[in-house]
Amino acid sequence: MFVIGELINGMYSSIARAIKEKDKEVIQKCAFDQIAAGADALDVNCGPGSKNPSSDIQWLVEVIQEVTDKTLVLDSSKPQVIDAGLKAMKNKVMINSTTADPQKLAILVPLANQYNAKLIGLAIDAKGIPQNKDQRLELAATIVAACSESGFPVEQLYLDPIVMPVNVGQAQMKDILETIRDFKIISEPQPKTVIGLSNVSQGTLFRSLINRTFLVMAVAYGLDAAILDPTDKELMDSLITAELILNKQIYCDSYLDAYRRK
Amino acid sequence: MAIELMLEKWQGKVGELTLGMTEQEGGSRSRVIKLGGQTTLPFLSAEGQIPNRPRLAFEIWDIAPTDWPQELNQVYTDVFGDAYGWAEKCVREYKAEILCIKLQGAHPDFGNKTPEQEAKLIGGLLKKVDVPLVILGCGDDDKDNLILPACCEAAKGERCLVGSAVQDNYKTLTAAVLADGHNIIAESPIDINIAKQLNILISDLGLALERIVINPTIGALGYGLEYAYSIMERARLSALSGDKMVALPFICLAGQEAWRAKEARADSKERGIIWEALTATALIQAGADLLVMRHPQAVEKVNKYIDELFNS
Repeated sequence: MFVIGELINGMYSSIARAIKEKDKEVIQKCAFDQIAAGADALDVNCGPGSKNPSSDIQWLVEVIQEVTDKTLVLDSSKPQVIDAGLKAMKNKVMINSTTADPQKLAILVPLANQYNAKLIGLAIDAKGIPQNKDQRLELAATIVAACSESGFPVEQLYLDPIVMPVNVGQAQMKDILETIRDFKIISEPQPKTVIGLSNVSQGTLFRSLINRTFLVMAVAYGLDAAILDPTDKELMDSLITAELILNKQIYCDSYLDAYRRK
Repeated sequence: MAIELMLEKWQGKVGELTLGMTEQEGGSRSRVIKLGGQTTLPFLSAEGQIPNRPRLAFEIWDIAPTDWPQELNQVYTDVFGDAYGWAEKCVREYKAEILCIKLQGAHPDFGNKTPEQEAKLIGGLLKKVDVPLVILGCGDDDKDNLILPACCEAAKGERCLVGSAVQDNYKTLTAAVLADGHNIIAESPIDINIAKQLNILISDLGLALERIVINPTIGALGYGLEYAYSIMERARLSALSGDKMVALPFICLAGQEAWRAKEARADSKERGIIWEALTATALIQAGADLLVMRHPQAVEKVNKYIDELFNS
């Protein structure tokens, strides 16, 4: 599982404050804590309060790169902010994200090609969130087709089925899980899959429990990557154990510890 | 249309271990030998790098073995009981590039030699021959905990490979190996889960993974070779997929196991040699990096086989 730490996000007040005051120690500690907990990559999002997201994301990228060479995941709905972040990149990079809208694909797929970046493609377009599996697959196929046409390697594409909060889209949960599996049949080579996990528990009382239960189920459906809070130890333990049961790592008594030292 | 091969892209790498220390580095070996470092399965060179070839070590003993078959006795009878002479014979006559000394004489049932005697032997051996050394205890945990630290100290700075650490007895040897700059053999009983666990336990004590060699324990041809093969294959697949805790070179005691087979001991010239050579070549295909062998003709055959693999 490719674990993307979600905590460097301006929607958290401590991160928003650190961005505003250019307090790099807060950001670097947040990066370090997530990596120590098992993150393979770090999501970087300036948050809704940023007045100048293009320069803020560049500053974030620079201060995080001072302490790690892990992949950074540039997270913005605005292509110009992604573009600004890419200009500051030295580490490996992932773009989060494009939608199935032609105008976004036209900008972001070439950018991903230019910077040799991985690309997250959301199964969503200007019409909104899809309501069933077929719509999700159709939107995903649009993204895969755009990548193929531009020569972007499909195995570097991470398709996101859009996880709904369980208290909003309960009837869709099974569809979402099946979509994770069915994304793989869109093309050969196969695209990869990713979810923004925490959304599943938005507005619920038992957030951590719902997160880890959904994650384990998604792993069983073949999920490749997840954006999540790696400092939630029970969540990570559940993930590691799910992968163990699927024979993705060799059992030993210290398998939890072994995974974290990878 | 040309056929396009489907190639696997591996992300992991087997750790690379250095055996022996030359004069420039402060030791007295004439050469260092590197083991491991692969980024692909055995001999699938289109999928990755195989920087180091499998190596063969000659097995010698500190006492005269009593249960070796006639075919081996004939070769070594003049040097049995004289470890220095045995070592020199292997190096001079058979061009051994690594020696593996088994300290069987320290076993309470086989002479009960003292730590001082064994340490003196190792010190002397390092003066007599200049090839890198593998040192094996007698297999009695309590006694090995006395003799191996003494031997580690006597060989300080020569970067030997010392074993074996097992799941219930690894702390004393790990501490000695750490203190005196050697590498360690982590032995598990044809059990991949224990092999992985033991590597974690040893590295928890502060020994770098690059200084551990896995002895997966093997069976000879006809005696469970396929179990060992599948364990080694599974570990290597996991290693190449990124599991660092099993991404380590393998040592296999091919000679010891092959010459236990009744077919090898039968009164037939050459069959034992072929048994040993075939056991070794199968293990090389499973990923063995270092094979401890006994008969010089078996070594010759296997070396030829390795040459052919690397030249083709």
